[in-house]
Amino acid sequence: MTTRASVVRVLMILTSVAVLTVFLLLPLAVVFSEAFKQGLHAFTRVFHQAEARSAIWLTLLVAVIAVPVNMVFGVTAAWLMARFEFRGKALLGAFIDLPFSVSPVISGMAFVLLFGAQGWFGPWLIERNLGVIFAVPGLVLATVFITLPFIARELIPLMQAQGSEEEEAARVLGAGSWQMFFRVTLPNIRWALLYGVLLCNARAMGEFGAVSVVSGHIRNLTTTMPLEVEMRYNEYDYVGAFAVASLLALLAVLTLAFKALMEWRYRHELAAGGIHR
Amino acid sequence: MTLSIQSIGRRFGDTVALAQVSLEVKPGEFVALLGPSGSGKTTLLRILAGLDYPDVGTVSLDGDDFLATDARKRRVGLVFQHYALFRHMTVAENIAFGLRVRPWRLRPKRAQIASRVSELLLRVRLDGFGNRYPAQLSGGQRQRVALARALAVEPQLLLLDEPFGALDAQVRTGLRRWLRELQEELGLSTVLVTHDQEEALELADRVAVMNNGVIEQVGTPEEVYFEPATPFVCEFIGRVNRVAMRRGTGGLSAAGWVPRDEPWHGHYPHATAYIRPEHLEIGAQDAPWQGVVRHVYLAGSIAHLDLDVSGVGTLEADVASEDLARRNLAVGAQVSVSPARSVLFAGENARWSWQAGAGP
Repeated sequence: MTTRASVVRVLMILTSVAVLTVFLLLPLAVVFSEAFKQGLHAFTRVFHQAEARSAIWLTLLVAVIAVPVNMVFGVTAAWLMARFEFRGKALLGAFIDLPFSVSPVISGMAFVLLFGAQGWFGPWLIERNLGVIFAVPGLVLATVFITLPFIARELIPLMQAQGSEEEEAARVLGAGSWQMFFRVTLPNIRWALLYGVLLCNARAMGEFGAVSVVSGHIRNLTTTMPLEVEMRYNEYDYVGAFAVASLLALLAVLTLAFKALMEWRYRHELAAGGIHR
Repeated sequence: MTLSIQSIGRRFGDTVALAQVSLEVKPGEFVALLGPSGSGKTTLLRILAGLDYPDVGTVSLDGDDFLATDARKRRVGLVFQHYALFRHMTVAENIAFGLRVRPWRLRPKRAQIASRVSELLLRVRLDGFGNRYPAQLSGGQRQRVALARALAVEPQLLLLDEPFGALDAQVRTGLRRWLRELQEELGLSTVLVTHDQEEALELADRVAVMNNGVIEQVGTPEEVYFEPATPFVCEFIGRVNRVAMRRGTGGLSAAGWVPRDEPWHGHYPHATAYIRPEHLEIGAQDAPWQGVVRHVYLAGSIAHLDLDVSGVGTLEADVASEDLARRNLAVGAQVSVSPARSVLFAGENARWSWQAGAGP
């Protein structure tokens, strides 16, 4: 009985290790090994090129805009969904899930149809000399849309489970709306919010499909890192492609490390309060 | 601080939560709102706290319109059933919250807040617990923190929403007595919401019994228990026997029991008599009923008897436990049974409080 159980346990551990290796560690190793295939010099040279630098800055810019926007939207939407009953609540829920259920390419196409030169708002935008499609605003719009669900979906179940009693207690004790939000609501959701922000950020930097449609692939102007990777790969610049890819992967690893650091830093608080749950 | 609630009504969609509710709470008085779930008692409490608003009616505190005051400015202390402590704050931070969120001109100095917190911790017997988090406390301790937090803002009115509901029986009884002493000491007008009649009778100066959004009766615990105003109050408070009465030539009767001095002058062909178990006399001479003891439940100082009374049905009677052996009250024993006191209801709202031997 015991031996059979331990055999099963060993098998399960081996299976998960194998799956992790094949699907996670190997690809990561390949990315880094390809990037350094022609030596450190060839690798660093990639980041001296203007195209690569511009792609990195653009990616960071898009993320820096998209993440705060979705933080505000996510908290507001979760607040509405968890605290109030109103007409169209189910519709709002469906809308929050829409970016998950629709293919990113379709989302990109929709933005082109709305804001492109032949689109609904195209002529109006051209008149005013405002570029959305094949320009940075388009990239931001597409990224905001694609990453819309991450924070809201992380917060809604938590806020529903926590209920509004603590907020009511704060009110009766004399707290104003902002005091209630910053002293009670926000601290109670801060871990879920952090996870949501990290996920949102990872996706904002890594988004390819929708961004690819609205970008137009203009070097130095509208290529983000994932697009830069694809373009270099198509041009047989493997070292360049994998160098940029490795930086993108590094950002993901850093995100994870940051999360782990926060969990370690606040481990006592987490253990004491069951704060994130 | 006299709190005056007048003709309050509140609907949620098609459901009437409160209908024409009026109540007065005098300075320092402890009033219990007692009723089953859905009777509207919690809605009334939330209205007093400013977390909900009535559709009609007024609430005033010493003549001032209480409803016009925002929840945060009402200075009420509210204690929730599930404590609602701020889980990310320590006990001391929880208690200090109400003082810390004040506008800076009214905010006490840091040292003043600290001394107020330690004073309150002492008062709720939790000194030394200031640095703990709520998750590290027992239920009873959490509830005392919630009370300290509510008292920190020096409320004009204390509101308690089923404060002992989530605690086990022993903790509950201890906390109840302690709360009553504390309330008397502070002289704080208090409204308690509960579905536990024992709690209401033990704690409150006056009890308001609620059912389906209306107050059925307001009175002292004695009034509510011994002189229930409606059949609902009879059945909701304490245990009670129901006996169907029918009018014959000699008046209203049930299996030979004819209560004297009926005030209804031959009206009402039927009535229902409500008799408390301790108001059934066993072994009296010239008793109207004969019965057999079916079960004996010993409950400490008193014993509950199930009696099969011919012509009436099963009745419950309470006797002192020491009488069981002395009077041979074992299962199967033949006993005579007579009501000593009863409240009778007939028709829509005719009520008659009857006592044996009151008449000629």
